[in-house]
Order: sequence, then structure tokens, then C-alpha cells
Amino acid sequence: MEKPFIEVTDLTRRYPAAKGGEPLTVFEHANFSIEKGEFVCIIGHSGCGKSTIMNILAGLDAPTEGGIIMGGKEISGPSLDRGVVFQNYSLLPWLSALKNVMFGVRARHPDWSRDQVVAHSEQYLEMVGLTGGAEHRKPAQLSGGMRQRVSIARAFAIQPQLLLLDEPFGALDALTRGTIQDELIRIWSATEQTVFMITHDVDEAILLSDRILLMTNGPFARVAESVVVDIARPRQRAEIIHDPAYYKIRNHLVEFLARRSKELSGSHGREASGGPPLTVRPGLKDPDDKEREPSWPKLVSAVG
Amino acid sequence: MTIVVPERAKALLLSLLLLIAFLGAWELAVPSAEKAAQQSEYEMLTGGGAPQAHVPPPSQVIGKAVKELSNPFYDNGPNDKGIGIQLAYSLYRVLTGYFLAALIAIPIGFLIGMSPLFYKALDPFIQVLRPISPLAWMPLALFVIKDSQASAIFVIFICSIWPMLINTAFGVANVRKDWINVAKTHELGSLRTAFQVILPAAAPTILTGMRISIGIAWLVIVAAEMLVGGTGIGYYVWNEWNNLDLTSVIFSIIMIGLVGMLLDAAFAFVQRSVQFQE
Ligand SMILES: Nc1ncnc2c1ncn2[C@@H]1O[C@H](COP(=O)(O)OP(=O)(O)O)[C@@H](O)[C@H]1O
Ligand SMILES: [Mg+2]
Repeated sequence: MEKPFIEVTDLTRRYPAAKGGEPLTVFEHANFSIEKGEFVCIIGHSGCGKSTIMNILAGLDAPTEGGIIMGGKEISGPSLDRGVVFQNYSLLPWLSALKNVMFGVRARHPDWSRDQVVAHSEQYLEMVGLTGGAEHRKPAQLSGGMRQRVSIARAFAIQPQLLLLDEPFGALDALTRGTIQDELIRIWSATEQTVFMITHDVDEAILLSDRILLMTNGPFARVAESVVVDIARPRQRAEIIHDPAYYKIRNHLVEFLARRSKELSGSHGREASGGPPLTVRPGLKDPDDKEREPSWPKLVSAVG
Repeated sequence: MTIVVPERAKALLLSLLLLIAFLGAWELAVPSAEKAAQQSEYEMLTGGGAPQAHVPPPSQVIGKAVKELSNPFYDNGPNDKGIGIQLAYSLYRVLTGYFLAALIAIPIGFLIGMSPLFYKALDPFIQVLRPISPLAWMPLALFVIKDSQASAIFVIFICSIWPMLINTAFGVANVRKDWINVAKTHELGSLRTAFQVILPAAAPTILTGMRISIGIAWLVIVAAEMLVGGTGIGYYVWNEWNNLDLTSVIFSIIMIGLVGMLLDAAFAFVQRSVQFQE
């Protein structure tokens, strides 16, 4: 069997004890993999360690135990192979939108001429729909949606092997979120980019991803399930809600977040190595849901 | 029909009215110059009474200002130089000492802002040296440097260094973690991170320190020049006081204020150009 593009093995992150307290285990024994070109979302309640996992993937943080192999190499620090869109956009406020994108392009291609850098940056700003003078404005003079577009353009423009997005649309109003989601799908289908994205929006996860990882509540959070989104692409926001698979998947996710994420949490009595998360396909048109029903008792018994 | 007068114009008008009212009250409060002159002329003729200093009326100060400013750069020997020359001497000392201080304070501030270890190591020295009145260094400077010019510059140097050092360190230490992470994820080296991310991010704070420093330097130069003598606006004030020429004293006080205001405005301009909105 061929090795997956990204392999996360036994990833554990603990913070040392504050004075007089116990060390904090944010999550432990996280095991999952991501294939090339795959769009994977991760969902879990606030504080379960999603951002921490992403920071480790980005190379900005290091795991306490375990590790991540990407393209056959261990991740040991930040790299231009992994582009990051931070939760709060993280644009440099003293640079215009265009200069922010150029900042990334220049870092990626130090040998390019200024004209090349400008042309490449403008191409990506155009791709996210930021043109007509807006690209010369500073982030403070742009709306939240426009800022997020610049941030996405900057990340795509460096053409990383893996794109990491931390709740990229969390701060946007529903309308803007919808448009940018559509743009993200369009760009993603055109570029075959591998994407790992954090979200707390169930519908967003179903619309965008091939697979959704579910995390139990922290501390001692785990990646419990890997939910395959069996909905054909290209997906249209208005149409997928009529797909019968949509509500099966949605109900599964909501049920997990509402009930099982809590029930399964803190279950560190499990064996030391968690093993890969359970793969579930609630969307399959299987008449008696063979795939899904038997797996639940198995999971519950494993928890104990 | 109503005429809308902009707020700025109103404020300007009010300022002018206040100025005129103040000058008018001053003019009326001072005993008439001729009377004083006649009396003292008589006294002088009879040899009685030392020359007495009177607070001059504003009209006399304005007259003095017109005369001085129409020929600011004349030079008739050590004790008779134009106001322009005196101010130029002071500005030269202030700017030399100030830029030497910036040359040292900003890199060191960067270093201690980046490294908590250096910060902790240098902090006790900064805390002890900072509250020392810059003039307290003067005797030591005169003894070691053996040159009054250079000593004045040293005093400016030592008083300018602290606000710049502390603000640079503070600004650098408080650069948002997110922006550092942007530099990291783009694999920027430490030199590029320093110049392309940390410096622009900390620039407004650094410029605030530089602006405070230039203000302090301009305050201190007057006192320093009163001590070392020779040239400069501080020496000029003191010299005119010894001549009992209060008109010149008041005129030079106003000039000190105006030059200080211009220096501050120049730094405010630079500060605005590096300011950014988050
Ligand atoms: N530097 C730190 N020291 C101690 N605990 C931390 C630190 N950073 C994050 N945590 C803890 O790690 C947990 C996970 O945080 P995070 O990854 O941001 O969660 P999420 O993104 O899923 O909301 C939180 O409970 C938080 O309190
Ligand atoms: Mg988070």
C-alpha cells in the first residue's frame, strides 16, 4: 500500500503544569492521514486543540509526543510548502493588499523580478475577486471579507503543497461567508490543492470537504471519527441540501457534537496508542446502513 | 442665511483673540518705556542708581524680534552673534548628540526587545542610569572629554538615549505574535524578519520614543549651554540676562519655544508616515 501524503502518528500535546497544577494534556494519540489533493475539515468544540494541531502541522508548534510525516519527510519547522491562513487573517497592516500578497510571493521566489512578482500577485488577487483599486488599500480600509480574500490569495499564491486554514470564515457574516466559500471551492478545484481546514460550521464542512475529522472535547481530546462526505462534486450550496446524503451526514455530525463529543471525552483510559479514527460513511446510499450501524457499538465498547 | 464657519477657523480666531488680549494686558501693565527711560537717564547722569532692569512691553519685544530676524546671522565677535547663529549652534549640538544616541539606542533596544535574557541583564543598568539628571554628567564629561563643546553633545546624547532605548525595546517585544508567525511560515531569515516585519511593526512605538527624546534634548541644551558657555541659545539667554537686556531674554525664550515646536512637528510628521491602523 502506498503511503499517504500526510501521516499524523500518535500526536500528543501537553502543556507543562502551571505552578501547583497538573500538566494539561490538550489532546493525545491523534492518528490520521491526508491524501494528496484531498480537502479535509476538522470539527470539534472550542478548546479541544484544533488550532494546536494546525500549528503543529504548520511547524509553529511542536508535539510532545508523536510526529507528522509529509511527503516522506518529518515536519520539524515552518516551511513555504505549507501555507497558512490564520484565524484573524494576519495581514501585515502597514502593507497594501497587493504588497501583502507580494510579501509571500517574494519569499517563495526570491529570484523573480519585481514585475514577475507583481503579475503573479495580481493574478491571485484577481482569482479571489479583489481588483479595481481595492488591492492598493491597506487592510484597515478593507472589509472583513476582503481581508480574508487577501489572506487566501497570499496563501494560494505561494502554491504550497498543503494549505492550512484556521476557521477562515468564522468572523464573517453569512452572505460574505457563502461567496468566499464558493470562491474557495472554485480555486481548490482548479489547483488540486491539498487543504486542511478547521471550522465549527457543520454545513461549511459538508459543502467543502472530502472528509471530516471529528474531535472529542478536551482535555485529553482525540480524533475519534473520520466522516467521508459521499456527495458528488461539483457541489452547489443550493443543490446539495436536496441530496439525501446531506442530512444523513449533517445529523451524524450534529449528533456527535451535541452528545458523543462529550461522552467520549477524557477517555484516557484507552490503550496508549489510539489507532486511526473510525471511518464512517453516513452518506452512503446503503439501504440498511451496514457501514454505519455496526461501527457504533464497536466504538462504544472500545471506550468502555 | 447662515454662514458655516469651520471649527479650525473658529479655533484660530479664538487663539488670535487670546493672544491680542494677553499682549494688550501686558502692554498696559508695564510702566511706559519712555517714562522709565527718562528717569533712568536722569539717574544715570547723576550717577545715582544702578541700571535697572524693567520687564519690557511686548511692543519692544516685537521690535527686537523684527530687528534680530531681519539679520539673524551677523557675527560681531564672541558676545555679539545673530540669533540664527546661536540657534544653529544649539541645533547642531542637539542633533549630533541625538543621532549618536539613536545610533546606539535603537540597535540595543532591538536586541533587548528580542531577547528576554538581554532585557533582564541590562534592565538594572537602565533603571539606575535613566533617572540621573543629564546635567549631573557635566562635570565628569568636562573632566574626561576636556572639551566643552563635546561635553554638551555628550549630555544631549545621554539624555536622548533612554526614551529611544526603552520605547524600541517595548515596541519590539510587543510585536504581535501573528506577524512573527507570518514571517516564520514564509521562511524569512532573522535579518529579513527584523527589517520587513519587526521594524515596521514597532516603528510607531520607536518614533514615539524618538519624539520624546528630541523634546528632552531641546529642553536640556539650554541648561547645558548656560553651564558651558561660549555659543548657543542657552548661552545667549544667560549672556543677555547678565547684560540686563530683558527684551532679548524674552525674545530668545520665544525663539526657543518656536524651534522646539518645529522639531516636534517634524517628528510628528515622520511618526504619522510610519503609523498604521490595525
Ligand atoms: N500556551 C499555552 N499554555 C497552556 N495552555 C494552552 C496554551 N495554548 C493553548 N492552550 C490550551 O490548549 C487548548 C486548545 O487550544 P486550541 O488549540 O486553541 O483550541 P481550539 O482551536 O480547538 O479552540 C485550550 O484549552 C487552551 O487553553
Ligand atoms: Mg482555534
